[in-house]
Amino acid sequence: MARFGSIADDGATFVLEGCRVIDPVDGADAPRDLAVVQGRLASVDAAPSDAPRIDASGLVAAPAFCDLHTHLRQPGGEAAETIASGTRAAAHGGYATVCAMPNTDPPLDEPARVAWVQSCAADAAARVRVVAAATVGRAGERLTALGELADIGVVGVSDDGNGIGSARVARSVMGYLAPLGVPLIEHAEDPELAAGAPMRGGPTATRLGLAGWPASAELTMVERDIALAAETGARLHLTHLSTAAAVDAVRRAKARGLPVTCDVTPHHLALTAAWVAGDRRFAWDADDELPDPLDPQLAYDGSCRVNPPLPSRADALALLAGVADGTVDAIATDHAPHPPERKTVEFANAAPGMIGLETALPIGLAAVAAGKLELTRLLEALSMGPAGLIGEGRSLRHGEPADLVLFDPHGTWRITPDALASASSNTPLLGLELPGVIRLTVASGRVTYANEVAPLG
Amino acid sequence: MLHPAQAALSVDAPLHWHARHLLDVDQLDRDEIVRCLDLAAEMRDVRKRGERLEHLSGELVGLAFAEPSTRTRVSFEIAATSLGAQVVDLPMAASSSTKGESLVDTLLTLQRTGITTLVLRHGASGAPYLAARTTGLRILNAGDGTHAHPTQALLDALTLRDALGGLEAAVVVIVGDIGHSRVARSDMLLLTRLGATVRLSGPPAWTAGFARAGVEVHLDLDDALDGADAVMALRVQLERNAAGGVPSLREYTARWGLDEGRMARARPGAPILHPGPTNEGVELTATLAAGPRSLIGRQVTNGVAVRMAVLSLLAH
Repeated sequence: MARFGSIADDGATFVLEGCRVIDPVDGADAPRDLAVVQGRLASVDAAPSDAPRIDASGLVAAPAFCDLHTHLRQPGGEAAETIASGTRAAAHGGYATVCAMPNTDPPLDEPARVAWVQSCAADAAARVRVVAAATVGRAGERLTALGELADIGVVGVSDDGNGIGSARVARSVMGYLAPLGVPLIEHAEDPELAAGAPMRGGPTATRLGLAGWPASAELTMVERDIALAAETGARLHLTHLSTAAAVDAVRRAKARGLPVTCDVTPHHLALTAAWVAGDRRFAWDADDELPDPLDPQLAYDGSCRVNPPLPSRADALALLAGVADGTVDAIATDHAPHPPERKTVEFANAAPGMIGLETALPIGLAAVAAGKLELTRLLEALSMGPAGLIGEGRSLRHGEPADLVLFDPHGTWRITPDALASASSNTPLLGLELPGVIRLTVASGRVTYANEVAPLG
Repeated sequence: MLHPAQAALSVDAPLHWHARHLLDVDQLDRDEIVRCLDLAAEMRDVRKRGERLEHLSGELVGLAFAEPSTRTRVSFEIAATSLGAQVVDLPMAASSSTKGESLVDTLLTLQRTGITTLVLRHGASGAPYLAARTTGLRILNAGDGTHAHPTQALLDALTLRDALGGLEAAVVVIVGDIGHSRVARSDMLLLTRLGATVRLSGPPAWTAGFARAGVEVHLDLDDALDGADAVMALRVQLERNAAGGVPSLREYTARWGLDEGRMARARPGAPILHPGPTNEGVELTATLAAGPRSLIGRQVTNGVAVRMAVLSLLAH
């Protein structure tokens, strides 16, 4: 049986025998043994003779994952998720670190509220880093105590859920952040262009009679923010990009040497706008045909409502290409739990967001199987890529506290509410069978999740 | 034993559709559409003779109109009572949304009252799909948001079939705010399935993205009208001008309004339809609306007949 542990547990000691070790830092990909002694990576020779030995043949070991964009919903949204349940979902998904977003109720816009989350997470199943709000109440008007928030270790500031609508306020935030080295994590969405549009503009929106969210809603804010980053010198991280045009803008900004980085979500890489019409094919398997007739069981399903909305097939494939060529620094889940009553409503009224911590690796492995991504690059975008952006870049070097994931790349599992550790199950992937079974997650040398890796769990 | 009035119908048995709900016309194949139109034509004759039918006796039909509507609601009410059903008018806007009750909760409550068939009009696209998968009610979509209005499409098809003799290879123009029109969406699906070509015309913001097999977009109305067999004008929602569809009603009427001179480009005598209510002097001139080409009155009559046909096809 699977078991969960906590980052407050004692450091673990064990030896993994015969696993395929992939370290994106140096590109190593070879079968070998791997030892952890009292929570630290060590040479196998250094492991005590009575250390538990685990047959890990056929399994892949890699640096544990780091999520830049997680909604833990605490405080205020405990019906959907808590720090405890959300970090268990993280451990079950192979994550050692999650970055908790500030759009809670009340929002994380004061140092004391950030400190409260940090203290609640002391014995969680993953390390919790906090992203604080950029403006008071996320209202886009007055700056939060950016300096004090930086002092207590926030990894970024963001009004996530909204972009900072006022260019003037965004410029003020970035100007103040620049010397602090803390990035603005922007949810790039022009509030006027996106207003009232519950799904991506395009053929599916036209067919379904739903107002379409235009690509320009994202691109205009991305371009604005890149100009502000160039002007202020602040670090800019653009989160959950969803269009080819926005990724192109980042590609050009990076070529200019600007401090601009970005992430995309697993669902924007694989799911498309056609899912709102009931299509259930991944972007790389899809064509332009919509389901005909619409299936009453699947069409207008609130679980497909997400912001930014699910992309066109062409945009999804461009995002994958952006991950493959390194323009996209990280895959971040935007894990957004919601209770059923917020989702079993008219599509346009459904709360935006889907859970993602436990299905990120499976979606990524499906993309690898389809030839859209190299496995090593996928693992880098899930681990070292994001970790580097928050100063956590741990590799598999001896002596380091172990941040480690062990998974079966070929084993499959069916996505069901019971199989998920999250307190919510709002994902359109329910019922699908996907590859990638996490067998062991180790965070800071503690076993946070173990599944059929006797004697650890 | 057959009821005497049922025996008067000669439409081929079996009189049913495979579907439990009517959510949009996309679920109907060509044969099912033809069967519905044939049955509606017979229902129309039965009504004309003043006979009663009992296809829905014992059924409790709820009319849930969460958006204001007079003609569609009354049309369904007459259709259901003409088939012997008991009809309950459910004041949706007053009961559910104002108290913060969800649509699903409201419908589950209605189901427990014994209602078997729900005629649902709702402002949110897709609401009938939600109702169909979360309740045990038989759902009849009476218009959802800007998505679909299947009974309107069926009554339009019946009206056009009567006027043109058939729809195979017919050219039907739809002019106006296609983007916000559930009528246009369902009409396009249905008319192309029956072999017609649909030409759309209207301002760019209202017509973009609709071209596909069997559907053409012509920004210039005169091009669209060239040799057309029939024309349907859609209601211009006056409040949408401010949202940027067109600069002014004057400009709309000058470019996309129907008048006698423009209609000369269409086939001689080509009929004019309008789902109503009309803004005379905006979408079309009062002369056209009241003139011999206008089938607007016949659409209303056919509406009752088509809804009788749909109710009985779904009930069996």
